Amino acid sequence: MSKKLVIDPVTRIEGHGKVTIHLDDNNQVVDAKLHVVEFRGFEKFIQGHPYWEAPMLLQRICGICFVSHHLCGAKALDDMVGVGYSQNTPMLPTAEKMRRLGHYMQQLQSHVTAYFYLIVPEMLFGMDAPPEQRNVLGLVEADPDLVKRVVALRKWGQEGIKAVLGKRMHGISSIPGGVNQNLTIEARDRLLNGEEGLISLDDAIEFAQDGLNLFYNFHEKNRKMVDTFADVPALNMCLVGDDDNVDYYHGKMRIVDKNKEIINELDYHDYLDHFSEATEEWSFMKFPFLKALGREAGAVRVGPLARVNVTKSYSDSTPLAKAALERFHDYTNGKANDKTLHTNWARAIEILHSAEQIKVLLNDPDLQKEQLVLSYDQSMWSGEGIGVVEAPRGTLLHHYRANQEGNITFANLVVATTQNNTVMNRSVRSVAEDYIGGNAEITEGMMNAIEVSIRAYDPCLSCATHAAGQMPLVVSVLDSKGKLVNEFIR
Amino acid sequence: MSVRVTIDGQEIQARSGDNIIDVAAQNGVYIPSLCYVKGKPCLGTCRTCSVKVDGSVMAACTIPVREGMEIEVNDDAEIVDMRKALVELLFSEGNHNCPSCEKSGRCELQATGYEVDMMVSRFPYRFTPRVVDHASKTVFLQRDRCIFCQRCVDMVRDERTGKKIFSIKGRGTHSSIEIDAELANEMTPQQVRHASDLCPVGCIIDKTQGYDDPIGQRKFEIKSIKDRALEKEHR
Repeated sequence: MSKKLVIDPVTRIEGHGKVTIHLDDNNQVVDAKLHVVEFRGFEKFIQGHPYWEAPMLLQRICGICFVSHHLCGAKALDDMVGVGYSQNTPMLPTAEKMRRLGHYMQQLQSHVTAYFYLIVPEMLFGMDAPPEQRNVLGLVEADPDLVKRVVALRKWGQEGIKAVLGKRMHGISSIPGGVNQNLTIEARDRLLNGEEGLISLDDAIEFAQDGLNLFYNFHEKNRKMVDTFADVPALNMCLVGDDDNVDYYHGKMRIVDKNKEIINELDYHDYLDHFSEATEEWSFMKFPFLKALGREAGAVRVGPLARVNVTKSYSDSTPLAKAALERFHDYTNGKANDKTLHTNWARAIEILHSAEQIKVLLNDPDLQKEQLVLSYDQSMWSGEGIGVVEAPRGTLLHHYRANQEGNITFANLVVATTQNNTVMNRSVRSVAEDYIGGNAEITEGMMNAIEVSIRAYDPCLSCATHAAGQMPLVVSVLDSKGKLVNEFIR
Repeated sequence: MSVRVTIDGQEIQARSGDNIIDVAAQNGVYIPSLCYVKGKPCLGTCRTCSVKVDGSVMAACTIPVREGMEIEVNDDAEIVDMRKALVELLFSEGNHNCPSCEKSGRCELQATGYEVDMMVSRFPYRFTPRVVDHASKTVFLQRDRCIFCQRCVDMVRDERTGKKIFSIKGRGTHSSIEIDAELANEMTPQQVRHASDLCPVGCIIDKTQGYDDPIGQRKFEIKSIKDRALEKEHR
C-alpha cells in the first residue's frame, strides 16, 4: 500500500518546517517536499516607519544572523541617503572595517552554533543514534572538553559582536553613511589577549580548528556515506571581491556552474533583472531562480558550500584557512562540490577563515580612527537602496524604498535560506530515495537522515518567511492517494 | 520662608512654595515624572509623580509644600505600585517599540519604566491605530509614542512669531499630537534638537541625526534618570 511520511517539526533548525514524503505501492518515493509553514510579515510592518529604523527593526527577524540583516539594511540606507555603493561612494575605512569586524564575529558564532550544537551530534553518534543522545547534551556527556572549547569560542564571538554593536544580540552599529563608534584600544586588547572567562584571539584560532579536525575524522571513517549523501546539482552563488574571491561584506554576485565556469556575474543592484521567484501553495518560502535558465536549471545554492565552490582562494593573511580551502578544492579536482554533507566541511573552513580575518582586522589601526560617517544632505536623497552581504547561510538581500518624507514604503528581503529552497528540496528528495525508498519499514534513523540533509544548510526558516512558539520541523509519509501513513513530530 | 514637612517619616526643612518633586530631590528622594521640567511651570499631565499628601493621592509636581505636610513617596506600597501602574498604562496606551526606536537609551519613559521596576504592563495593550506625520523637513512625528505630556506644546514655539509649533487635537482617547509643518520647517537645528530632547519619548525625532550614541553610551546608560533628577541635571 502506498504511504505518506511526515516529519513535523524538523528539529535543530531555526524556524518551523515540515517534510512530506509520498511513497507508491512499492514503497518507492514519488515525491518529497520541504514545507515552510510559518509566516512573519516583517516586510509589511516596517512600512510607515522612518527609513533609518529598517536595519534596527528588521534585524530582529533573526536571533542568529542579526548582524547580517543589520548590515544589509545599512548598505541599503547608504544608497538611500546618497552615499552608498549605488552612487559609487566608497565607505570610510574605519566604518567599513567596523562593519566587517562585526560581520566576521557573527559568522564565527553563528557557524559555531550551527556546526557544533546542531550538526556534530550525528557526526559523533550517527544518524541512527537515539534522539536522547544525538543532541548537545549528548555531546556534553561524550566530550565535555570539546563542548567547553565550543562554548568559549562562541562566547568570544559574542563578545566581539558586543564590542562592535554594543550588545551581544540586536545591537546598533551601522547608521546611514557609516558607523556610530570605532573600536577602543581596551576593547581590541580584550579580544586579542582575553581575560578571566574570555579566551584570547590565539585560543580562538586554535579552537576554530576543532571543527575541521572533527570533520576530517568523521570523513575518514564514513567516506562513502559523506560523499554520496544528497549529492545534488545546483549552481553556486556568492559575492566576490575584485580579487575574484569571496567577500562576505561587499562585491559582485557571481554564479558558477559545475565546472566553476562563470554563468553570470552581476552588480547586486540589478538582482531583480536577473532573478525571479516562483511560489508554491504548499510552502510560505519562495523559490528564486535565474530567469535566463528557468526555474530548475536556474536554481542556485548559497552559503558555505557555494562560497567555497565559487572562491578561488583566500588571502595569504589567512594561511590556515587558505590551506584548508586548498585541501577542499583538491578533493573534487577543481570541480564544484555538490555533496550536501560537505557543506559542514565548508562551514568548518569558514569558522577558521572568520577567526583569521578577525585577527587581521584587530591588528588594523584603522579601527581606532575617528572619521566614522560620510556626510550627506537632503539633495543627495535617492529614496531607494539595496544591500547585499554574505550572511552565514548565504547571500542576503535587503531592498527598501522610502518617500521624500522618509517613510519606508516598500521592503523586500531575499534571504539565503530562500535562495537554497530548490536545492534543499532536491536534497530531501535524494535522501528520501536513498534512505527511505524501497523499505517496507521506516525507522526513526531513516527519517532523521532527511533532517540531516536539511540541517546541512543550517536553514533559517524564520528569516526566510519573513514565528513565535515551538520552533522545530515535522517528516510525513503519504500514500498514493495522499493519505497520511506515518508522521514524525517532535 | 521655610516650612517643615515630612517625607516618608523624615522631617525636613523646605522653602515655602517649592513643589514636592523639587523638595524631595533636594533631600535625596527621587519621584519619577514625565511631564515636569525643573524651572518651568508644572503641567501635571502625566501623573507619574503621584504621592500621598496627608493620605490623599496627588501629583507631586503640582503641589507646593506647606507647613506640617506629611508626604509618602516610597514608604507606602500602594502609592509605589500606583506610580508603576501609571507608567504601565502609558506603555499600554501607545505603541512603543523600544528596540528600534531612535530615542532608546535616552527615552525618559523607558528609563522610568526601568526605575519603577516595570517588567510588563498589567494592562492589555490597546494597539491604538495612530498615523505618523513625517511631513515636516525637520521632524519625524511618531504619534505611536506620544504620551500627551504637552511639554512640546507649552515649551517649543516659533522663534519669530512666538506661535506654538505643536498642539493637541481632539479629546480623550481621540486626542492626537499635531505639528505645524510650515513652522517646524523654520526651526533651527538647535531648536529641533531641543524639541527632540524635551520630548520624554520617541515621538519628536530630529530627522538629521539618528542613532549617533553607541549602545552603552546613551544618556540614561551613562547615568540613570534617578541620579540625573537628584543631581538636578535632568530637570
